[in-house]
Order: sequence, then C-alpha cells, then structure tokens
Amino acid sequence: MSEVQKQEDQLAIEIRDLNKWYGEFHVLKNINLQVQKGERIVICGPSGSGKSTMIRCINRLEEHQQGEIIVNGVPLVEDVKKIEAIRKDVGMVFQHFNLFPHLTVLENCVLAPIWVKKVPRKEAEATAMKYLERVKIPEQALKFPGQLSGGQQQRVAIARSLCMNPDVMLFDEPTSALDPEMIKEVLDVMIELAQEGMTMLCVTHEMGFAKTVADRVIFMDAGQIVEENEPETFFNHPEHERTQLFLSQILNH
Amino acid sequence: MKYDSQPTLPAPASTIGAVGWMRKHLFNGPINTIATLVLGYFSIIFLWPVLDWSLLSADWIGTTRNDCTSDGACWVFIGQRLDQFLYGFYPEAETWRLDTAFFILAALIAWLIIPSTPRKGWVATFTLVIFPIIAFILLSGGYFGLETVETHKWGGLSLTLVLAVVGIVAALPFGVLLALGRQSDMPIVRSLSVVYIEIWRGVPLITVLFMASVMLPLFFPEGMTFDKLLRALIGITLFQSAYMAEVVRGGLQAIPKGQYEAADALGLGYWQKMIMIILPQALKLMIPGIVNTFIALFKDTSLVLIIGLFDLLAIMQASANDPNWIGFSTEGYVFVALVFWVFCFGMSRYSMHLEKRLHTGHSNRA
Ligand SMILES: Nc1ncnc2c1ncn2[C@@H]1O[C@H](COP(=O)(O)OP(=O)(O)OP(=O)(O)O)[C@@H](O)[C@H]1O
Ligand SMILES: [Mg+2]
Repeated sequence: MSEVQKQEDQLAIEIRDLNKWYGEFHVLKNINLQVQKGERIVICGPSGSGKSTMIRCINRLEEHQQGEIIVNGVPLVEDVKKIEAIRKDVGMVFQHFNLFPHLTVLENCVLAPIWVKKVPRKEAEATAMKYLERVKIPEQALKFPGQLSGGQQQRVAIARSLCMNPDVMLFDEPTSALDPEMIKEVLDVMIELAQEGMTMLCVTHEMGFAKTVADRVIFMDAGQIVEENEPETFFNHPEHERTQLFLSQILNH
Repeated sequence: MKYDSQPTLPAPASTIGAVGWMRKHLFNGPINTIATLVLGYFSIIFLWPVLDWSLLSADWIGTTRNDCTSDGACWVFIGQRLDQFLYGFYPEAETWRLDTAFFILAALIAWLIIPSTPRKGWVATFTLVIFPIIAFILLSGGYFGLETVETHKWGGLSLTLVLAVVGIVAALPFGVLLALGRQSDMPIVRSLSVVYIEIWRGVPLITVLFMASVMLPLFFPEGMTFDKLLRALIGITLFQSAYMAEVVRGGLQAIPKGQYEAADALGLGYWQKMIMIILPQALKLMIPGIVNTFIALFKDTSLVLIIGLFDLLAIMQASANDPNWIGFSTEGYVFVALVFWVFCFGMSRYSMHLEKRLHTGHSNRA
C-alpha cells in the first residue's frame, strides 16, 4: 500500500472546494478540509459565518452546489441510498436537542438502530441502556423528553446518536441553548467521548473545551475558513487579524 | 303575565351569590340594566310561545293523530315513527345489528376520548382497521348466517352516521397522502396533489353527489349496477379527502423543522420518518380540525336526499307526507334539528376542550 493510499484510508471526512449558495447569497466559499479518523476539531466564528451550514452539508441536511464531500470513502452524491448510508455512520447533536417528544427516552434511543440498522429490539435496548449509563441518566430511560432538564435532554440526544455506533459525530453548538449550570454536565460527556477516540466536529464557543480536547481549531468568517491551527497556536498566536478580533471579543466578555 | 316581572324580583336570601352575580353582570350601571330588561322582555315574548308549543301544551302520549288534541306540538308523531327515524327501512328483526355496531363504535370512541385509558394506539388502529370490517358485516350481512340487508333499505339516523363516519374514516388516509404529496419535493406529485385538492374544494358537495349518482354509471359498462350508497360514499370520500388534506397539512406545518432534521440525521427513510416521527405528533394536533370537518360533513350528509337516499331528514319528510300524519312536519323538523344539534354541539364542545388541552400540552413542552 502506497503512502498516499494509506493516508486516504485514514480520512474520516474530506471536503474539497466546497461552495454553496442560498439563492444569490454565497454562504460557503471554497471550503477545503480534511479530517483524520479519531481527530477532534472545533469550529468557531462569528454568527452567520456558515459554521452550521458547513457541518450540515456533511450529512446532507443541506445540499451543496459545488465541490466534493467524501465521508468514510463514500462520496456524497444525489443518491438517497448513499445519503442514508452516510447518515448511518455520522451522528449529529443539535443546539435544540430535537428529541422526539412523543417517545420515551429509551424509545428515542432504540428507534433508529431498530428501523435503520435492523438490530433486534432486545439488543438495541441493551445498547441504549449502556449509552444512557455512559451519559449518566439510565434512571430516566422511561421518562418522556419533556420531563427532563435541558442538560439531561442534550445528554439523551448524544446517547441517541451514539446508539447508531457512528464513526463521526457532528455537534452544532450543543451547549448554547443550556443554562450555565448545565453546560458542564454536557461538556463532560463530550470530553469523555473525545478521550475515547471518537472523530468529532464540534461547532462551539466553549474555548475551555477547545483547549482541552481539540486537535485543531478552525476559524470561519463570511463563509471561508480563515485560519486553522492546533489550539496552543490558535489561542496564543493567532495569525489573522479577524481571528484576533474574534478571540478578543469572546475571551474578554 | 307573571313571567314578565321575574328578572326584577328580589331573590330569596339563599341565593345571595346569584343576586351578586346578576348585579355584577346584568345590572351594573343604567345602560346595562336597560339592555338587560329590554333583551329579557324580548326573549320572554319570543321564547314563551316556543316553550308553550313544544312543552307546556304539547301532546306526548298516544298512538294516532287523534291523540293530539291540544294546540301544542304532537310528539306522538315522533314517538310512533322513531324506529323509522333511527333505522330507515331496515328489517325490524335485524335492527339489533345496527344497535350493536353503533354501540361498539360508541364504546371505542369513549375509550379514545377518555384521557386515562391505556393502549390508545391499539384501540385507534382497531377502530380504523378492524371495526369497519365488523360494522360492514353486521350492517349488510351475508356472512355468519346474517341475513343480507340491501343498502336501499338502510336509512334514518343510522344511514346519516354511516355516511359521516365512513366519509371521515376513509378520507383520512387519502387526506394524509394528499397532504404529504403537497409537501413533496417531486414537482409532479406536488402539482397533482394541489390540483386535486383545489378542484374538490372548489365544488359544492351537492354537485359531487349528483355526479356520483348520475355520471359515474355512464363510465361503467351497460348493465353493470353499482350500489347507490357506495357511489355516494365514494363521492363523499373523494370530496372529503381534499378537506382532510388541508387539516393534515396544518398539522404537519406545526411540527418543528428540527424533528425532520433529527429523523434525517439518524438515517430514517422518508416513510419511516413520516410514520414514526412526524405523523404521530401531527395527528394529535389535527384532532380538533378533524372534529370540525366531521361536524361539517355530518350536517352535509342530509344532501344525499337529492339522490334518493333516505337519511334522517329525508325519512322524516317522507313520514310527514304519510296521509296519517299530514300536518306534523314542524314537529319532524324540530326533532331532526335537535338530533343534529345534539351531535354537533357535543362534538364541538369536545373539540374546544381538546384544543385547550393541546394548547397547554404544547407550552409545557416548549
Ligand atoms: N435556509 C436558508 N436560507 C437562506 N439563508 C440562510 C439559510 N440558512 C442560513 N442562511 C444564512 O446563511 C448564513 C450562514 O448561516 P449559518 O447558520 O451556517 O451560520 P452560523 O455560522 O452557524 O451562525 P450561528 O453562530 O448564528 O449559528 C447566515 O447569514 C444565514 O442567514
Ligand atoms: Mg449555527
């Protein structure tokens, strides 16, 4: 196996020359990004810079018009089967949890494994309980999402994604809808996940989290990746003026 | 007349609460007092004769028109013809079958309405899938030794209920498909759904019934007969599914986008997403709309009399034309109106109650 080939195999996600427009509005401009298996990446940037749009392109919640996205070696194209295959392997955690309110916590967790992966119910429930224990709320399994606090709901949402046994996890501002006292319990779960070697792409402004777990921090502005570096350099010696400005704004307030 | 002065009489001490209430709501200030007195006067002027005719000087007991001797209403007519009003020309020995079917239906609905009963999902599925088969076998017979009763013998309130219930239940799945079609990404599916919905919503039910009864047979080969009731039911269902589609669409629109995205992100397919995530949530929100559509349809069913089906209204008219009972159509109309009103009022109260409950349920969740 050649050196190049080997490196390709190590890629969880590869984005090449990605461009996306909303009508006239050029929301993503020439995005290039390679994510190694097991890599933890934090994405930050001002509001409206296209962070959500970019990670939502990875599991086709948004469609892109130009460029290539390759997930686990599978190119993302206009083919329902391919898209569903990629979604099986890519978990996503949303800002507003998006749990299914008419189903219990346990049902939320076993639904996709049973119907998408065809796992037998018993096995799916055992897996679900294992992950609910990992996020430290097994005792809530039979409650409905509406009966839980925000932090608990977000941990259920993480468990629900993990139940599909994904290779990559996408997080879109997972803590920004939470009260301050609940942020830590969710971050702790995410840090643990990162330490176990999960490939993660996380949009967040929790700079403490970025410093602890990120292999790379990416700064986006106006639809472009402006700067990417390991956290040490990114926070202490940001190269670009816009990055410096952004960091001074979020760190000083 | 002693009734005139009643509102202004001092109330007995034991009803201080009522006096207080009246002070506050009816007599607070000169304008309100005058308004109360004037309106009270007119309601007594107009209501008194109605009360007198319908209750105080009405005849209740007897078997023929000769038993109606006073100048009030002759409820004897209704009493004598009640069986016909309920069952139409259904053979008398077989009416237990109608009773049984409607009793089961009432029990199932009660089960679904009462909040604390378990296993609502199963009961709802049973009501929508198994019960129609049971009801069909009971009503038309031909199986299990039940005598066949042809549909031209069906009539009265039971026919009204059959038309309304079948109309709603059959329209629901079509309505769901049309509403999903209208939201579809596929342009052809979307346009077809929109065209269908807008065409049916643009024509009155009466023309649909005419077409179903007069034009539909033209499309079938000569000699092939096609049950008249079935034709009416098909017409009503096609018509009603367009309205149902709009109710369903309203329910679907109330589901947050995040629910679709979460289902997508987990890799659920379109139908899995709709059936397990979106529709169960939307259906709950749609119940008040469905009940309102049902009320409208329930009243509209009386239009079938123009194609020669004898629903409650038609059969009452036929009875009132019976030489033995000529001259009592007022009683008949009042009775029919009352029956319709009781059903519709009950349903509309239920739908209001539900809207309130759903409303609080929703804000709890947000
Ligand atoms: N469906 C849409 N149609 C049109 N414009 C959109 C749509 N979704 C997002 N946008 C625009 O695209 C830009 C990028 O949005 P995006 O949500 O990716 O930003 P973001 O970096 O995640 O911001 P935030 O920090 O506020 O979440 C914004 O200017 C937004 O207004
Ligand atoms: Mg965002």
